[in-house]
Amino acid sequence: MLSQEKVEKNLGWMIVLTVLVVSVGGLVEIVPLYFQKSTTTAVTGVTPYTPLQLAGRDVYLREGCYNCHSQMIRPFRAETERYGHYSVAGEFVYDHPFQWGSKRTGPDLARVGGRYSDDWHRVHLNNPRDVVPESNMPGYPWLAQTPLDPGTIAPRMRALRTVGVPYTDDDIAKAPDALKGKTEQDALIAYLQNLGLALRNVR
Amino acid sequence: MSDFTSSFWSWYVSILTIVSVLACAFLLYRMGRMRVAKAPQAADGKTATTGHVWDEDLAEYNNPLPRWWMWLFYITIVFACIYLALYPGLGKFPGLLGWTSAGAYQDDVRATQATVAPMYAKYLTMDIPAVAADPAAHATGERLFLTYCAQCHGSDAGGSKGFPNLRDSDWLYGGDPATIKASITNGRNGIMPAFGPALGDEKIRQVVNYVRTLSGLPADSLLAQLGRPVFMENCAACHGADGKGNQAVGAPNLTDSIWLYGSTIPTLIETVTKGRGEAGTLTRMPAHKDLLDDGKIQLLAAYVWGLSHTAAAPPPPAPAKP
Repeated sequence: MLSQEKVEKNLGWMIVLTVLVVSVGGLVEIVPLYFQKSTTTAVTGVTPYTPLQLAGRDVYLREGCYNCHSQMIRPFRAETERYGHYSVAGEFVYDHPFQWGSKRTGPDLARVGGRYSDDWHRVHLNNPRDVVPESNMPGYPWLAQTPLDPGTIAPRMRALRTVGVPYTDDDIAKAPDALKGKTEQDALIAYLQNLGLALRNVR
Repeated sequence: MSDFTSSFWSWYVSILTIVSVLACAFLLYRMGRMRVAKAPQAADGKTATTGHVWDEDLAEYNNPLPRWWMWLFYITIVFACIYLALYPGLGKFPGLLGWTSAGAYQDDVRATQATVAPMYAKYLTMDIPAVAADPAAHATGERLFLTYCAQCHGSDAGGSKGFPNLRDSDWLYGGDPATIKASITNGRNGIMPAFGPALGDEKIRQVVNYVRTLSGLPADSLLAQLGRPVFMENCAACHGADGKGNQAVGAPNLTDSIWLYGSTIPTLIETVTKGRGEAGTLTRMPAHKDLLDDGKIQLLAAYVWGLSHTAAAPPPPAPAKP
């Protein structure tokens, strides 16, 4: 029988048994998620991001929007009253990585799509206080003046394809054209207006 | 939710969980059998230690955990067993209580609905002016307004550039209760087309000066005269020959001192040249019928209607800014 003393003094046993013990949590709680339909299949209506939305998502990441905005409506009445139906796993299957976030200095954005007009987003991104005087969000006026670089979208889409987003060769070939003449603000608004639409009509 | 691709995963989770709990229990039992060293046990008269020595003579007894601490661990094992029996934890087994997070959420929603439903039902039977006069409805409506409407229309409902002021008596689509309710429910998507390509800079300058004369703003009278036929030909279809607008299509009244985007010549030139709103995009007020139920829309409509129908006369329109 393996004694306590032997395990403590034998480096090999120590490593093997430690790894075994600490991996139980992950093996039970994480691994099965890859074999669950609700976490691996998209909710009806959730489609891969269009090239413009994808470029906007990258702006969202670059500017660190996730530092103040979550994208995760928890199943509590107080949250669903304000934001809409709670978030479900199947809405995030094309997010790599997902933008759930953990801090809400600003409101949750999981279902912001369609909540405000495009015009509102333009004014608000340039200077939030023009529409919400009480807001403490910084302005992002340079987004409206910065054109997108159509050359970088194809490699990004190919990278996403390798992790399972079903972009076709045709999608990727046409992507640079979709970005021509658009600003980073256009892209970010396209991304925001698409957030959470799949369960928008479910109360 | 346990919708695994195969039943293997249910067994996998259950067995790993149960084995872990049993392993912890076994480890506790083994450790519990150890006894505190009381008397010298070794042949040389010394008490057995772990064998480690620090700082020349510091040794460590190999004593078990204190009993009370051990029992705390046993209690966690018992807790785990009860928990796994009552709540979902073992693969597909839903637990004896049948608890789910979605179910807990639904219960909370139902409980609140039961509380507020009679209130909303009462307000839904009243007409909007009566609801607006109700202080409790006003307080609730204000909170709803701050949650759902203030982002665009402002927390004081005063609006801002491009977002209508709801406190005054000027309405793009009409300020009667039914129209306000329709605006909230279905949204509004008024679009002014861009006239830049069709008219050219010169004619736009003329029509802009004419538009300013409609509300008595200072304008170049010669350009304004030239602009009149341009207006009749291009703008009157929506804004009316007299420029008083058309609430059926949300075309603003151009003869008053209220301007959604501003009345300066550069702003008006921008408005006429580029238009306002772009076909095919969400440019104006979104529909709220999916987000809000009838009761909330009723209270919001009453609150908004009440803003310009208080007992006191509505505030006079702001003086025209050049």
